[in-house]
Amino acid sequence: MQEATHLDEARDPLLIAERWRQDGKPVAIATVVETWGSAPRPTGSHLVIDAEGNFHGSVSGGCVEGAVISEAGEVIETGHPRMLEFGVADETAWRVGLSCGGRIRVYVERLG
Amino acid sequence: MDPHLLEQLNGERRARRAAVLVTDLSDGAGRLIREGEMVSGALGEVVARAFRTGNSGLTEAEDRSFFINAHLPQPRLMLLGAVHISQALAPMARVAGYPVEIVDPRTAFAAEDRFPDVPLDPRWPEEVFAERPLDAYTAVAAVTHDPKIDDFALKAALDAGCFYVGALGSRKTHAARLERLKSLGATADQLDRIAAPIGLDIGAANPAEIAVAVLAQVIAAFRARGNAAKVKEKTA
Repeated sequence: MQEATHLDEARDPLLIAERWRQDGKPVAIATVVETWGSAPRPTGSHLVIDAEGNFHGSVSGGCVEGAVISEAGEVIETGHPRMLEFGVADETAWRVGLSCGGRIRVYVERLG
Repeated sequence: MDPHLLEQLNGERRARRAAVLVTDLSDGAGRLIREGEMVSGALGEVVARAFRTGNSGLTEAEDRSFFINAHLPQPRLMLLGAVHISQALAPMARVAGYPVEIVDPRTAFAAEDRFPDVPLDPRWPEEVFAERPLDAYTAVAAVTHDPKIDDFALKAALDAGCFYVGALGSRKTHAARLERLKSLGATADQLDRIAAPIGLDIGAANPAEIAVAVLAQVIAAFRARGNAAKVKEKTA
């Protein structure tokens, strides 16, 4: 399959975040800002989350999304952005890890 | 993030225009920069590189930490002519990250069994471009050898500011083409942008090798965007 040349309205996380906001939903945007090693998603990738925990997009291969989503709830509540870091092992503060052996930093901010 | 900023960013992305979002990680403040806008200071160089490479990342400037998120449209290659070169070029370009669309109103050429898995439009370029406009992130290579098909497409590509415009044909063929394009209203600067004879000079001796030469020239043009002198030098 070829790369899509135009945005997918139904799946693009930033377009979805904009629509959620227009619908009056509180939204958090998580962004991969740094990666080391074999991180599954490149820097700049987005996961968008609403206050009910609905989400679109990804910041990893699915290994750390759960932790990001729960942090996003607090970011939506307080409005204070957070920087999260995930590594290989389960010993990280978030008790989740990247099975691929990489490390990533994820910035989570509230929309509005 | 400011919702208004997100709307502006999405507007640029929908229109297939490049934009860079700079976020100050100390306070979360964001700033949207459109391609061609000048940014002063230490950030300027980082932003310029983000536009050129499409790579995002953290950077330090003025004792602060910034995240630079590059949003570049997916570059694509529009091929005029469902010919032998295109059969080799389409799969190669796709692998290199440049999705291909082939346009050729000659239905004998534009037969789907000759181009498995490649979007193929058997209409005239006029109709296709009206539906899916050319833009700065589209490369156009005209390889039909038929002025009735190529000329309009080349003029449209120059007017749309396509990052690459190439045309197949000998120097003699090209000289005649330049005269025709001039009569269609193309300026000298525009005509100067056409890569012809098409492809980097690697001594290509058959359609597949010409395809390699064209693809390399497309990539060189894409990576040298915003630097006209470099484009000329690299694609000469």
